[in-house]
Amino acid sequence: MLAAPLAGCAGNWQSALDVYGTSAISLKHLIILIVSVCSVVWMLVMVALIAALCRSRDAQPVSAEPGRERRMTIAVTGAVVATVLIIGTFTILSFVATHALTVAGQDYLTIRVRGLQWWWGLEYIGPDPSSRFETANEIHIPVGRKVRLKLEGLDVIHSFWVPSLAGKQDLVPGRPNELTIRAEHAGIYRGQCAEFCGMQHAHMALLVIAEPQDDFDKWAATQRQTAAQPAEDETATGLQTFLAKPCAACHTIRGTAAAGTTGPELTHVGSRRTIAAGVFETTRGSLAAWIADPQTIKPGNNMPMVPLTPDELRAVSAYLASLK
Amino acid sequence: MQRMAGVLLGLATALAGCQREERQLRLDPPIADALDRVALMPNRISGAPPDVYFVLGKPYEANAYNLSQGKRLYAWFGCKSCHGDGQGGSGPGFLDGWWYYGPEMVSIFASIRDGRPHGMPAFGDKMTTDQIWQLAGYVQTIGSYQGKTAAPSRNDEKQTRPAENRAPAALLFDEGPSPVHPDQGPTP
Repeated sequence: MLAAPLAGCAGNWQSALDVYGTSAISLKHLIILIVSVCSVVWMLVMVALIAALCRSRDAQPVSAEPGRERRMTIAVTGAVVATVLIIGTFTILSFVATHALTVAGQDYLTIRVRGLQWWWGLEYIGPDPSSRFETANEIHIPVGRKVRLKLEGLDVIHSFWVPSLAGKQDLVPGRPNELTIRAEHAGIYRGQCAEFCGMQHAHMALLVIAEPQDDFDKWAATQRQTAAQPAEDETATGLQTFLAKPCAACHTIRGTAAAGTTGPELTHVGSRRTIAAGVFETTRGSLAAWIADPQTIKPGNNMPMVPLTPDELRAVSAYLASLK
Repeated sequence: MQRMAGVLLGLATALAGCQREERQLRLDPPIADALDRVALMPNRISGAPPDVYFVLGKPYEANAYNLSQGKRLYAWFGCKSCHGDGQGGSGPGFLDGWWYYGPEMVSIFASIRDGRPHGMPAFGDKMTTDQIWQLAGYVQTIGSYQGKTAAPSRNDEKQTRPAENRAPAALLFDEGPSPVHPDQGPTP
C-alpha cells in the first residue's frame, strides 16, 4: 500500500530529497531533523492523550494532596520548556541553513538569469567581464565552485527551483534577487519554474549541468565563439531562410545578421540538450516540429507560426541542428 | 413561482461568470493567408479587410488577448523608438486621434506591413500576419474614436500617458496633430 505512492520518488531526476548541492544538503538535513523531532513530539502527545482517554474517572473527588500538585507543576513546566527549546532550536538551525543561500562571499562565477514566459534567458558575466556570453535554458557550472545567480523576472513573477541543488528563489519584476548555488557532484539536475506564471508554466524547465572545471572551461570557450559558417549547401540555405523570414527579428545567432532579443539566443542551440525550455530533446526532427507549429506543441507561447515551405523548414532545421 | 424565478435569475448570474473570452492562439495557415489579402485603395490609404476578418468577428479590435499581445509587440519591435509611448517622437503620435492614413484597421495594417514614406519601415518580413493584425489593433486602440469594451494588460512601468481603455481620443485630446514631416501623408 505504502510502496505504490512512494515509487514515484525513486530516481534522481528532480527531488529535494536527492541532493547534490551544498545548500540542498543542509536543507535536507533540516527537513529530516524537523520531521523526526516533530514525529516524536506528536507520538508523545498521542500517548498522553490515549492514556488520558483510557483512564476511568475517579469515584472520589481529587484530593488536594501536596505530592500530586508538585508532579503536575513539574509536568507542565517541562512541557513548556521543551516547547520553547524545540522551537528555538528549529529557528536557529533554519536560519543557519538558509543563511548560506543569500550571503555574499567569494564567488567564482556570476550568471544573470532572466525569467520570461516561458523560458530562461542566461547571461554569463565574469569571472572576467570580457568573456561574457548569452545562452538559454541550460546552465553549466563547474563542480565545487560557488556560482551566484542574479535573478530577474521580466514579465511576471517566476521562481527558480532546482531541488537537487538549492531551495526556491523568486524572480520578481523590478526587484533583483540573488541565489548562490554550489554543486558537490557532477551531474545533470533538472529545475523548473515554481511560481505559476501563465499557460505554459509547466513547460518552463531548465537543466543545470555540473561538470569538472576542465569540461566547463571547454564548454564556456565554445559558447563564447560565434556561430560557425554553414558548411553544406543545405545549412547555407537554412541560414538564408532564417535571415529572410521573421526568425531573425526575435532570435540572435552571433556571427550572422540575426540579432533579435525577444526570443532565446540560438548561437549554439544544437549543443543544448533540450529545446523550448525542456519540451523536446534537441534533434533535427524536434526542431522542425517545433518551428512548424509551436502553438500546437506549447499553446500560448510567444513564438508565432511562421509560414515556411517544406524545403525551407528542412533547411532551417538542418541549420539550427548544426549549430553545435 | 416568484422564488423559482429568483433562483433561476441567481443561477443565470452565477453562470454568466463562466463566459470566457476566446483566445485564438493558433491561426490556421489558410486563414492567416486570407487575412493577409487586404484590399487597399490605389493610394494605399483605407480599403476593405478580407471577408474572413468579418467571419471571425473582427477579432483584433475587441479581443483583450489580441490587444495585450499587440502591446507586447509594440515594445518588442521597437515602435517606442519613434512613436514613444503613443504620444509620438520622431514618428507621429497615436494618442491625439489624428491619423495620417485614416483610422481604419486596414490602413494601420498596411502601414506596418508595407511601411510608409518618411521613415516608417516595413515589418512584413519581420512579423507574421497574425502579429501585424494584433499590433494594428493595439495601435488603433491608443487613438480610438470610440471607447472599447476590451483593454490590453496594464503597464508595469510608471504611466506616462492616459491608459488605453480611457474615454475615446476625440473627446479628450482634440489638440490637433503632433508635429511631423510636412510631406507626410494627406492633411488631416
